[in-house]
Amino acid sequence: MAKKIEAVIREEKLNDVKEALRQIGIVGLNVTEVRGHGRQGGICLAGRTGTYQVDLLPKVQVNIVLSDHNVERTIEAIQQAAQTGVQGDGIIFIYPVEDVIRIRTGERGRQALTYMGDIDTRQPATQAAPK
Amino acid sequence: MTTINAGDTAWVLIASTLVLMMTPALAFFYGGMVRKKNILSTLNLSFIIMSLLSVQWVLYGYSLVFGSNFGGIIGGLNFLGLSGVGASPNAAYAPTIPHLAFAAFQMMFAIITPALITGAFVERVRFKTFLVFSLLWATLVYDPVAHWVWGTGGVLRQLGALDFAGGTVVHITAGFSALAFAMVIGARKGFGASAFEPHNIPYSVLGAGLLWVGWFGFNGGSALAANGVAVNAVVTTNTAAAASGLVWMLLSWRDDRPSVLGIITGAVVGLVAVTPAAGYVTPLSALAIGAIAAPISYYAIRLRQRFNLDESLDVWACHGMGGTWGALATGLFATKAVNDAGANGLFYGNPAQFLIQLVTVVVVVIFAFGVTSMVAKLLNRFMGLRVSASEEQVGLDISEHGERAYA
Repeated sequence: MAKKIEAVIREEKLNDVKEALRQIGIVGLNVTEVRGHGRQGGICLAGRTGTYQVDLLPKVQVNIVLSDHNVERTIEAIQQAAQTGVQGDGIIFIYPVEDVIRIRTGERGRQALTYMGDIDTRQPATQAAPK
Repeated sequence: MTTINAGDTAWVLIASTLVLMMTPALAFFYGGMVRKKNILSTLNLSFIIMSLLSVQWVLYGYSLVFGSNFGGIIGGLNFLGLSGVGASPNAAYAPTIPHLAFAAFQMMFAIITPALITGAFVERVRFKTFLVFSLLWATLVYDPVAHWVWGTGGVLRQLGALDFAGGTVVHITAGFSALAFAMVIGARKGFGASAFEPHNIPYSVLGAGLLWVGWFGFNGGSALAANGVAVNAVVTTNTAAAASGLVWMLLSWRDDRPSVLGIITGAVVGLVAVTPAAGYVTPLSALAIGAIAAPISYYAIRLRQRFNLDESLDVWACHGMGGTWGALATGLFATKAVNDAGANGLFYGNPAQFLIQLVTVVVVVIFAFGVTSMVAKLLNRFMGLRVSASEEQVGLDISEHGERAYA
């Protein structure tokens, strides 16, 4: 029923990605600061004399839980917003989610994932969320 | 004629304050360059020296340096506990300020010198052993060398060595002792495998900035009077720091990009190099001294890296080699036109002065390196210089002090 997207992106791309997600109507998300490396393996920084290699780079991880049928559009939005074409753009992981519980109301599953004005409750999808 | 001059006294008191500030400044300069698990430990290595050496200096340090001379080697015990060191001037050292003001000013030098060495062994030194080492080092290395160079009747002073504010007494002793200690204590766990990234370069920038300011007291105050020589020392100090910072920036830029840690290191190296010369050379000479100091220390760091030696914060390259260059440069650039109590150097027709400086450097390098090496080896055998491997991995803030810097 639901999936979790973990998108590890460049720190400086967070605002672009947030904006892209808002535009397609993804309302609920949280963000964690992470450090890591992929194929790039790190970067060189300037030291007192010459350079030194740093392997773990700061990245931002955007966490979203959403219904299965919204996954592809969301991935597309994230990828478009976060891509520079240079190594270090990041990676997207997708996991199955067993259940979701909204603490305030006790709603579960699909219901707990639905927000006013989100991707599933509005059309056309490209407009900004209504008040 | 020894009458107290209020202006001179005020300046030396202010200068003492500035020099004292340099030790916490140094703490932050070093603290920024270590990993965050060792920041408190690194800050404390400098801070506790303010306590330890202040006590040592009052009890017997001052007397060993400036007490009545014994064979040119060491001062006598006549000023133990600063007895007889009071409001009236000591004509031999500073005829226009209270003797106690001179002793207080000198105390700040005795404090910062062992603090400089701590850069060699941060992130692994056993605190208890460090305390014993610092006390022994101050007594066995600093006090004798300071007497040789600055004490009335000291051998190197008799020889004619020029060391305006401590290029030899402070920087060469600290730098070469750091080298000796690093060779005995060994590298930090994981050294060479991956880079130890400085955890807070802004701390280092703050520290370097305050060091630059404090150095006006260090060198300017060494005139021991509010006079033309003091002004000259302040201007040469500033000029050398500026030139060295610029040249280091260019060197760093050529190798990659203009590193901020590099630029501030360059400024500090310029300050080190001009220290022995400040009251004897012109501002233009200071420009040259600073500009040449930068590549000397820059490539000394490279050399140290090539030998895979974990002299962690490059005390030897910056202070040892910067101080060596400064002491030799004093023998080149000194001129009596700036300070008639000084001497002319090689470029002013007196090659003998350069030889005197060279002999002084060689003697002090060998003495500081040799004694420190011996003391470090003995302490390593009987107390252990470093913490255990697991304590080192956890970090000294927790393992030695039971505290964490950032909650």
